[in-house]
Amino acid sequence: MTYKKVAPPWEVERRLLVREEAETSDKYGIPPDKRPLKDHIRFGYVNLDKPAGPSSHEVTAWVKKILGVSHAGHGGTLETPPGVGETPL
Amino acid sequence: MTGVLPIGLEESTKTVQAVLAGGKEYVGVMKLHGDVDFSRVVKAFKEFTGEIYQRPPLRSSVKRRIRTRTIYYVSVIEMDGRNVLFKVGCQSGTYIRKLIHDVGEVLGVGAHMAELRRTRAGPYTEDENLVRLQDLADAKAYLDEKGDESWLRKVILPVETSVALLPKVYVKDSAVEAICYGAHVAVPGISKLTSGINPGDLVAVMSLKGELVALARAEMSSQQIMEAERGIALKTERVILPKGLYPKTW
Repeated sequence: MTYKKVAPPWEVERRLLVREEAETSDKYGIPPDKRPLKDHIRFGYVNLDKPAGPSSHEVTAWVKKILGVSHAGHGGTLETPPGVGETPL
Repeated sequence: MTGVLPIGLEESTKTVQAVLAGGKEYVGVMKLHGDVDFSRVVKAFKEFTGEIYQRPPLRSSVKRRIRTRTIYYVSVIEMDGRNVLFKVGCQSGTYIRKLIHDVGEVLGVGAHMAELRRTRAGPYTEDENLVRLQDLADAKAYLDEKGDESWLRKVILPVETSVALLPKVYVKDSAVEAICYGAHVAVPGISKLTSGINPGDLVAVMSLKGELVALARAEMSSQQIMEAERGIALKTERVILPKGLYPKTW
């Protein structure tokens, strides 16, 4: 069997190229680690360790509730096997 | 099933597609339904490297037509009787339960997936910053009861972490505000960029302070952007940075 080996996205190496040097002024913008807490949350991600049992959707709803945020979206469903802590379809 | 589940809050939901583009890694246990030699198991797994065909299972949220997914690597870590500990790096949307079922078919004895843990989702891994629901609740209580935000700041990561694996262009202060209004990214506004950008690629547009400004689709390659003097380098798709932080230059 023949197959083409593809490197995973996390192993792709990229070099930084400078097209034109430029300075950034302190008058504008806010570095990501200096955002006020409210913005840190609005522009935030949680790297959550999903527990077994509840669905990815349920866990996302809990995160919303804990943090009191209006929307949240997760990066890929981790399936819950049939019969584990959820209502059967 | 447990493990890495990155969750974007409010404005960050816009970049979930960047996390999905970064692929996944899992560690799991396959339970064989008959006895098979270790070397045959290793060989069967190896056959599933590269591009594979999968029909989404009955219980899935997408249309059930056959589609291809890329398996970057898959290997057997350990085998004990009929239990096989495996590791797989794959494109988002690969059904691991299906993959394991298919490996079982190739081996002729059948198999099912007994355990699965996601160890990576795009830039997020279980080695760095992984938090439990309890940590989140405790960090929030620490803020509410003690007025101390330091813990909450630690368990929540900036949106910029979600684009860590994407190619990037860094735009000058003078170019930021127009992009926040939805303008495309023109060559003269670009100060720096990463190598390896190809037309059609999803690219993170960054300010020189390292703020994520927008997600954009490349119209030019890295080399073309380096050599061109004018023209549209990228088409803006999702704006993340709010308007009003940078000067209007038009």
